[in-house]
Amino acid sequence: MTGIGQLVAPPLRAHRHGERSAASIVFLIALWGAMAFAVLSLMVLLVDSFLDGSARLDVELFTKYTSQVLPERAGARAAILGSAFVIAVTAILAIPLGIAAGVYLEEFADNSRWYNKLIEVNISNLAAVPAIIYGMLTAGFALAIGLERRVVLAGGIALALLILPVVIIATREAVRAVPREIRHGSLALGATPLQTVWRQTLPGAVPGIATGSILALSRALGEAAPLLLLGGLVFVNYDPDGLMSGFTTLPIQIFNWASQPQRAFQEVASAAIILMLVLLLIMNALAIVIRNRYQNRW
Amino acid sequence: MTSIVTPRGPSAETAPSGPSPEHPLKRSQRRIGEGIAMTVLRAAAGLSVVITVGIFVSLLIPSISFFREINAWDFLTGTRWAPTFSDPDFGVFPLITGTMWTTLIGLLIAVPIGLGAAVFLSEYAHDRVRRIFKPILEILAGIPSVVYGYFALFFVAPVVLKDLLGIQVGTFSVLAAGIVLGIMIIPTVASLSEDSLSAVPQSLREGSYALGANTMRTTLRVVFPAAISGITASIVLALSRAVGETMIVALAAGTRAQVVTNPTDNGQTMTGFIAQTATGESSPGSLTYNTLFAVGLLLFVVTFVINVIAGIIVRRIREEY
Repeated sequence: MTGIGQLVAPPLRAHRHGERSAASIVFLIALWGAMAFAVLSLMVLLVDSFLDGSARLDVELFTKYTSQVLPERAGARAAILGSAFVIAVTAILAIPLGIAAGVYLEEFADNSRWYNKLIEVNISNLAAVPAIIYGMLTAGFALAIGLERRVVLAGGIALALLILPVVIIATREAVRAVPREIRHGSLALGATPLQTVWRQTLPGAVPGIATGSILALSRALGEAAPLLLLGGLVFVNYDPDGLMSGFTTLPIQIFNWASQPQRAFQEVASAAIILMLVLLLIMNALAIVIRNRYQNRW
Repeated sequence: MTSIVTPRGPSAETAPSGPSPEHPLKRSQRRIGEGIAMTVLRAAAGLSVVITVGIFVSLLIPSISFFREINAWDFLTGTRWAPTFSDPDFGVFPLITGTMWTTLIGLLIAVPIGLGAAVFLSEYAHDRVRRIFKPILEILAGIPSVVYGYFALFFVAPVVLKDLLGIQVGTFSVLAAGIVLGIMIIPTVASLSEDSLSAVPQSLREGSYALGANTMRTTLRVVFPAAISGITASIVLALSRAVGETMIVALAAGTRAQVVTNPTDNGQTMTGFIAQTATGESSPGSLTYNTLFAVGLLLFVVTFVINVIAGIIVRRIREEY
């Protein structure tokens, strides 16, 4: 027979196994260190950009075009307007398409069919394709249909392709969060499945879709890689005036300035970085506000 | 991106079947508008497959012209990359070494830091602490890569590496690019790993505590193994992002395509070559333009294989609770 003493032995030794053991403390310090490294990197990055660029945060940044001769007075006017044009095209293309695809996959697709499974796997793979590949796709597509590569429309298409999987995934999650009872109620009252989606499910999912779409657009705003493939977006000294106009964007302009040897270009690049980060901050804040204020609690 | 590990949602709703004979309602009329709307929805979903096919075709057509002129074996194994020189060579190996160095350095930074941050947030941090640090990781994830490139070129290389640590690096080095690349993908590792650590049921932790283990032992021996599929997926996803990242390496790694043997060397990556060549003049149909797409095809195949492996790993070792 086993004595009670054998069951509790060996006695617990707090100094070796407790929360205060040496190994535990070292482990916790390492975890704090990891967190601190991430936070510190962000702080240093922000402070460094601000110190470099604050001198050039002036009116000329907004009103002047870039200049090879006078880097001290170069501005990002064409890039700011170009970014606005391209993001508008991206939003018009990617958001309706993404919502339509997301709603179809979540509400109507029969998941046991091979083609719907294929679409699902495909979308998660597309989300992991390097951004620069979307630029090559757009360049090839533009060549095939005879569209000029370096225009606003091509830029918008490239960025729309890039964020389409993100919008689809966000839509699916938002639609999935709408409880089934709402759909059942609507169907029971005689609405068709499509009426149910249009009048009940989608309105309930709007805050989630809006948040996801704004975050996707903020990613598009900061992305330069796919646009590089459209060629020659470097020294643009005019405002974009339509879909078929040449353009440059903020991240492309920053990339170009940062590649120049002159110190003055480096300063205007970091001023443009500050401007872009402020824009992104506003978009992210907007997304968070929408999520917190309008998110339906079921 | 999270969809690799996202569970299946509730399946499609269907309308109740047709009215029974004594049903007072008439059979509803055909709705042509709804038929059209359904077709549009279906087409939107099918578009994603068209995009994938489009990627393949747009990469393959110029690549085929490229491989008509250049032997594919020489391309993959050659050690001199000089496509625009007067005595051109098309050995892609130097670009591959550039990509391998930046990716390796990036993962060496991002995996320990990202996992540490994830374990800290999921297992140790109180709610208040978590509410401060999680948004910081989200901001880090939202910073555009061109900004990281600027940071690598004008701060990490000259100030941190040269002045602070006394490492002899030039203006461009795979080391500076790799370090900043690592910082950029910390949130990828951290947020996906934290999700899967938090998804481990509390009962497992309680069981471990009841056996006398402290928090560290519980984390390392119980929670971590239970979350290993999500953690692996996060690392593989970070790997694929590191291979495909363009702006940081285009700005900070350099433009000299050479076999990189030392991390302080200037070196060009696959994406760096694409970015540099695409910004120059290259008319469609020229050999330079086709070279761009051949390297693009290689990049696409590499990331595609990594993503497929990630999917297989997740499916193989996933534990359902």
